[in-house]
Amino acid sequence: MNYFAGILGLLTIDAFKHDLVQYFGVAVMTLSAIFAVLALTYFKRWKWLFGEWLTSLDPKRIGVMYIAVAVLMLLKAGTDAGMMRLQQSISVGNNQGFLKASHYQQVFSAHGTTMIFFAAMGLMFGLINIGVPLLIGSRDVAFPFLNSVSFWLFVSAMLLLNTSLAIGDFSGAGWLAYPPLSELQFSPSTGVDYWIWSLQIAGIGSLLSGINFIVTIIKNRAKGMTLMKMPMFVWSVFGSMTLVIFAFPILTVTITLLYLDRLLGMHFFTGAGGGNPMMYVNLIWAWGHPEVYILILPAFGIFSEIVATFSRKRLFGYTSMVWAIWAIVLLSFTVWLHHFFTMGSGADVNGFFGIMTMIIAIPTGVKIFNWLFTMFRGRIKFASPMIWFMGFIILFSIGGIAGVLLAVPPADFQLNNSLFLVAHFHSMIVSGVLFGYFAGLTYWFPKIYGFSVKDKIGKYAAYFWIVGFIVAFVPLYILGILGATRRMNHYSSSLGFQPLFIVAGIGVLIIGAGLFIQLIQIITSIRDRKKLQDKTGDPWNGRTLEWSIPSPAPEYSYAILPIIKERDQFWNEKQDENNSKIQKKFKNFSMPKNSYLGLVIAFFAFSLGFAAVWHILWLFIFGLLGIISIIIIRSLDENRDRLVTFDDLSKVDQLALGKEQ
Amino acid sequence: MDKTIDLVENTEKTKTYIGFWIYIMTDCVLFASLFAVYAVLHHNTNGGPSGQSLFSMPYALAETLILLTSSFTSGLSMIAARNNHKNKVIFWLAITFLLGASFLYLELHEFNHLVQIGDSWRVSGFLSSYFTLVGTHGLHITVGLLWMAIISLVVIKRGLTKGTIKGLTLLNIFWHFLDVIWIFIFSVVYLMGHIGL
Repeated sequence: MNYFAGILGLLTIDAFKHDLVQYFGVAVMTLSAIFAVLALTYFKRWKWLFGEWLTSLDPKRIGVMYIAVAVLMLLKAGTDAGMMRLQQSISVGNNQGFLKASHYQQVFSAHGTTMIFFAAMGLMFGLINIGVPLLIGSRDVAFPFLNSVSFWLFVSAMLLLNTSLAIGDFSGAGWLAYPPLSELQFSPSTGVDYWIWSLQIAGIGSLLSGINFIVTIIKNRAKGMTLMKMPMFVWSVFGSMTLVIFAFPILTVTITLLYLDRLLGMHFFTGAGGGNPMMYVNLIWAWGHPEVYILILPAFGIFSEIVATFSRKRLFGYTSMVWAIWAIVLLSFTVWLHHFFTMGSGADVNGFFGIMTMIIAIPTGVKIFNWLFTMFRGRIKFASPMIWFMGFIILFSIGGIAGVLLAVPPADFQLNNSLFLVAHFHSMIVSGVLFGYFAGLTYWFPKIYGFSVKDKIGKYAAYFWIVGFIVAFVPLYILGILGATRRMNHYSSSLGFQPLFIVAGIGVLIIGAGLFIQLIQIITSIRDRKKLQDKTGDPWNGRTLEWSIPSPAPEYSYAILPIIKERDQFWNEKQDENNSKIQKKFKNFSMPKNSYLGLVIAFFAFSLGFAAVWHILWLFIFGLLGIISIIIIRSLDENRDRLVTFDDLSKVDQLALGKEQ
Repeated sequence: MDKTIDLVENTEKTKTYIGFWIYIMTDCVLFASLFAVYAVLHHNTNGGPSGQSLFSMPYALAETLILLTSSFTSGLSMIAARNNHKNKVIFWLAITFLLGASFLYLELHEFNHLVQIGDSWRVSGFLSSYFTLVGTHGLHITVGLLWMAIISLVVIKRGLTKGTIKGLTLLNIFWHFLDVIWIFIFSVVYLMGHIGL
């Protein structure tokens, strides 16, 4: 039994041998890293990067870092998508395309894993970090250091995933690594282990974030902000994080068991030895289905804020929105079996889960109608966040209807694992989740940086994304009905699929153009930041608390904590002409000091993950001991806070307060 | 002024407690998943032994009694902390540690015995899930023991401050939680295994 062999474990020189496409990817990654290091050295920005960003416990900064990593991952996984589209457009008949089958498998596995765990989750936690403390009128999250640990675990998981490109290979078993394919017998390389440990580390980070934000929402709200006075984004995050704490432990267990199968020869999911592969599929979807609602709920929340702001009306049906969120939270745990109706659980079980799946469409429908009624008779301003919303509400509804169709077990037997399904869940995750986050990024950008992004270019980007999405995914719906299965790297020309695949490929190009326009938008906005400066702190004529403070928001956000009497209080104060602000006195407060320990934990977590992948015993112990020591060191440190006095406030705040006092 | 500081400290303390309870809840979900896996696999003996033939009831009962007693003594350390008796806290923590360590020893001894007679986790789905479920509990006990050792040292060095009492409280919650999990393991794995359910 050679679980941990030799000083380098299973690592040999073969792990560095790849084909040309992979070498190209590795070269691009390495060169950009070298370029970044050189640029930082040349501009003497190391100290700035370390002191102001990497060690920061400010949730707004952590949020920005989440988003930066997530955007990189979006580009990387987007490239994977482009490769898949190219392969499927040309790999017909005698042409085998440009990717080998084994490499194609890795590409679609990496695409799904990266998009969900590192692009979507990263953007989500980024926006939550930025939004939640500001919207509840708090200076910080409940556990600032834990927040930094979550972020750094996310980063080390991301690095581990991308290391697989250079050292060894990645899992070729799909983004959820179904056994028995993902078992050692059929996937003998360390690819699946990379997948397991990358998810394990990222998952623990997410779980800690979930705990952190629930406590933040329960305990850190401004005085007077009762639960039913919270902005809808905060409610949606509350629901989403509740799902996180109930779902992510299941993921932790499931992939640990898979790892035990692979490492110790256990029999949880093996075909032989009394294992049960279908149990894995049940467990992974007991996490996986809530996971999609974890992603979509905050996007719903962002849209709720945006629609109310840009319609100049209060959100229609606040109470029903709250109930809809909690109905979704509850129901999302009762539908997981619809991912595998074809398992053969029998008509009764399939019927139950089919009906539950149809029922969960109802609260979602409630939300859609509430947004529409909010817009009804509002004075709508079609700024770019609203364009994202308009794209969302049409494409998401189409995707949702396709989902209800798939919820009918007999129909699902025809469409299971077809491209129809692929088109359905991309409708939910691209035009639902991603559009929501893009809208949120545009919306809160001025609050973080002090200047807006160019709205007109943003609109073009949104149009390109919307059109590109339709061109890319409508063909997949049709192909799915024609019988095209997912994950094909080659097909016969007699099937007549090729024209539709080419159209889908063109769609991806249009989406790529949209992404490119977004990058242009950011770059030109940074160039013209003086012109775009937000002097009022309230560029959108907003309704919630974050617009009452200056832009960019100072590290402590609120010099004086707000006191809440009603929903949309900031908006109502603006409408009330003879509103005399109550004199509030400034009091010193404490803020957490920066800490580099999160960074150190990431280093040890990466070592641990890498060691577990390659069976390197000493490195595993090193990583484990490292993490334990950091936890002990931090918990014994009693000197974690610093005092903020009037002199430490930003100039803008000093002026504003000075006038009043 | 003093009152406001107290208030701030109190909110900080409640935050930690709520956060820790939520963590305990996530751990509950973790064990629930492992119990579900055990429930699915425990008849899949793959020609190997079943629980009925492997488990010795007196042995499991001894483990249970030791762990329950340790929970009681850890409660006594908490009472001592409330009454500000530093030495008593250390004494009861030491007793709890010894009991916890003997529990861990018994568990590892049983694991070792099973491996020696050729009934390791590689034999069947049943044994895989048994080792993983009970082993995960053992891992938690190990973490608890490490925590207990460190917090004893801190109490010796720093005395019973607000910080150390908070730590002791969290440790106690954790330790009692492991007790509750063990009661489920005793019932589901050993008792039900013994009567062949």
